[in-house]
Amino acid sequence: MRSLTSKISHNNIIVLATLLLLLVLYGSGAALYTGFFSLQVFLNLFIDNAYLIIVATGMAFVIIKGGIDLSVASVVALISMVSAALFRQGASAVIVILASLAIGTLFGFGQGYLIQRFRLHPWIVTLAGMFLARGISFMISTESIVIDNPTFVMLSQHKIYVWEDGFINVSVIIAAIVVVLAILAARYSAFGRAVYAIGGNEKSALLMGLPVAKTTILVYTLSGLFSAVGGIVFTLYMLSGYSLHLMGMEMDAIAACVIGGILLTGGFGYLIGPTLGVLCTGIIQTIIMFQGTLSSWWTKITIGFLLFLFMAFQRLIVMRKEKSTIPISKNQPKFENKVVNL
Amino acid sequence: MAILTALAHRLVKQKLIWPLLAIAALFLFNLIVIPEFYRMEWKDGHLYGNLIDILKNGSPLIIIAIGMTLVIAKEGIDISVGSVLAISGALAVMLLDSYPLWAVIGAGLTVGLLCGLWNGMLVALLGIQPMVATLILLTIGRGIAQLITGGQVLTTSDEAFQFIGKGHLLGLPFPIFIALGVFLLTYLFKTRTAFGLFLEAAGGNKTASAYAGIRPKVIFMTAYAITGVCAGIAGIIISSNVASADANNAGLWIELDAILAVVIGGTSMRGGRFYLGGTIAGTLFIQALTTSIYSLGVEPSSILLVKAIVVIIVCLIQSDVFRQSFILSKKKVAQR
Repeated sequence: MRSLTSKISHNNIIVLATLLLLLVLYGSGAALYTGFFSLQVFLNLFIDNAYLIIVATGMAFVIIKGGIDLSVASVVALISMVSAALFRQGASAVIVILASLAIGTLFGFGQGYLIQRFRLHPWIVTLAGMFLARGISFMISTESIVIDNPTFVMLSQHKIYVWEDGFINVSVIIAAIVVVLAILAARYSAFGRAVYAIGGNEKSALLMGLPVAKTTILVYTLSGLFSAVGGIVFTLYMLSGYSLHLMGMEMDAIAACVIGGILLTGGFGYLIGPTLGVLCTGIIQTIIMFQGTLSSWWTKITIGFLLFLFMAFQRLIVMRKEKSTIPISKNQPKFENKVVNL
Repeated sequence: MAILTALAHRLVKQKLIWPLLAIAALFLFNLIVIPEFYRMEWKDGHLYGNLIDILKNGSPLIIIAIGMTLVIAKEGIDISVGSVLAISGALAVMLLDSYPLWAVIGAGLTVGLLCGLWNGMLVALLGIQPMVATLILLTIGRGIAQLITGGQVLTTSDEAFQFIGKGHLLGLPFPIFIALGVFLLTYLFKTRTAFGLFLEAAGGNKTASAYAGIRPKVIFMTAYAITGVCAGIAGIIISSNVASADANNAGLWIELDAILAVVIGGTSMRGGRFYLGGTIAGTLFIQALTTSIYSLGVEPSSILLVKAIVVIIVCLIQSDVFRQSFILSKKKVAQR
């Protein structure tokens, strides 16, 4: 027991709190509603939210670097639209997937280049990117296009049985691979360490000789690529292309990151966090669905309330950390002098 | 020639020049391509025309962008204005059935003020980053607005209430006067009281301003409270203009347009100096762009695309790095 408590530190307490919340939410759902505690309900959480997990993980890199990417939801919608349009032209599934990945990567690279090269604010650039992606999908078509490509339909309906009757689909496998790769990249690669260092303090990272410009562009490119993968998974899930898909999903991704314990000041957070955050919101949605009489807007209110709780909690921890690490400057006013504030 | 270059250099340093140039370029383009854009009509004692439409439809955005300027000046941001707008509009239309008009307007403004104070409390007292703090209200706000309307689109037929958004005064649409009033009040508040100076000081450097004896927390709370009230006013105008309250779509994405207007207007996202006049010019540019696209007969679906490209161009022109690299390459050519 002692070894367990000693392992809880400033660094992992937020992720542990998220995990605890996840268990409490799931437990209360299981206790309140019959049929909630079934393997398939649990696995459906992953099936329904696979795309969000992927996108939120990409967003996590950007946030840890100290930036923001508002274009993710529009890129997902754009990918769904482009796929549908290409299929209508008679393209094969491989070409569509390759084209999607290329579009996402190029899109992210463009945004990263503008932000890094011309010192533009990421908020403004990715906002323009959001308009651009939605605009292009509107130009392709304002109607919803159904996808009936046999490969995509097969991939979408293919069930992978994990335990007796419980099944997952291809999307969940893709999401799992992406998350594992992201965790490995963040922990064990030079790129991951550079991202954390830049998020902590860009000037010191530059003085340390880290490739700040390259990493910044790479981070946004990565977010674009993850959005593209998320877009493919989402297209598999919906089997349609529509320019109004997922309005406002970028905020869900940011919320998942915050609930998952990633500080928006940058430089801190675990890459498993976004997945836990997405699962939390997913469980809330499932509970509200099982409850039956509550209207859908209660989801928003509950998620917002959770956001508030986690932010207050994060703030408390950061405050305690500051107190314990800076004992010298007692007579200084308690304003932190951070460069990054958004 | 030297005087001219010096003048040009001074002009380029002026923040207001860029949005004004952009508007001028747009109007010049319209003059050549669609001359009928400038046609005005006098009908039943009211003035009609595209220019009036720009002012009228831009009014809610102007009001919100003014509030946003104050918040951005203090190195913050408020992404919850759209949701606050929806709450205020929904509350106003719901209360209209059983309460007099002044109480309804009061309630709309009060709920805006409360939301602003909530944001201010999270940012100033708890010290949460502005974007995250207002993200909470962005998420919850739409939920609360839907709770008020019960998920329906509420409608009203109250004539007096509809005057706020649809009425005319001196031949001009009434919302223009509200926007003008808000601008004048804020401008006076900035120039005639110490608040403007304090806000710029606190936005420029929080620690230094605290040493200088300014209380940044109070300043921040005030800035957020003003933004909340502005969103409340805009909510009432919008719901009155369409005589209904739609919790889902009222003011959707208006926060993004407002931030855009502020940035085009020359106020830096990193805080410090702020330019209310620039914000107005930025807002009018965005609205004029939208109206021009509609009157050009281009598909409305392409509006987002055009907006995105224009935003990137305007931001690039404003970026010092971009301008420098452009000037440098020119000089190199001249040397050769």
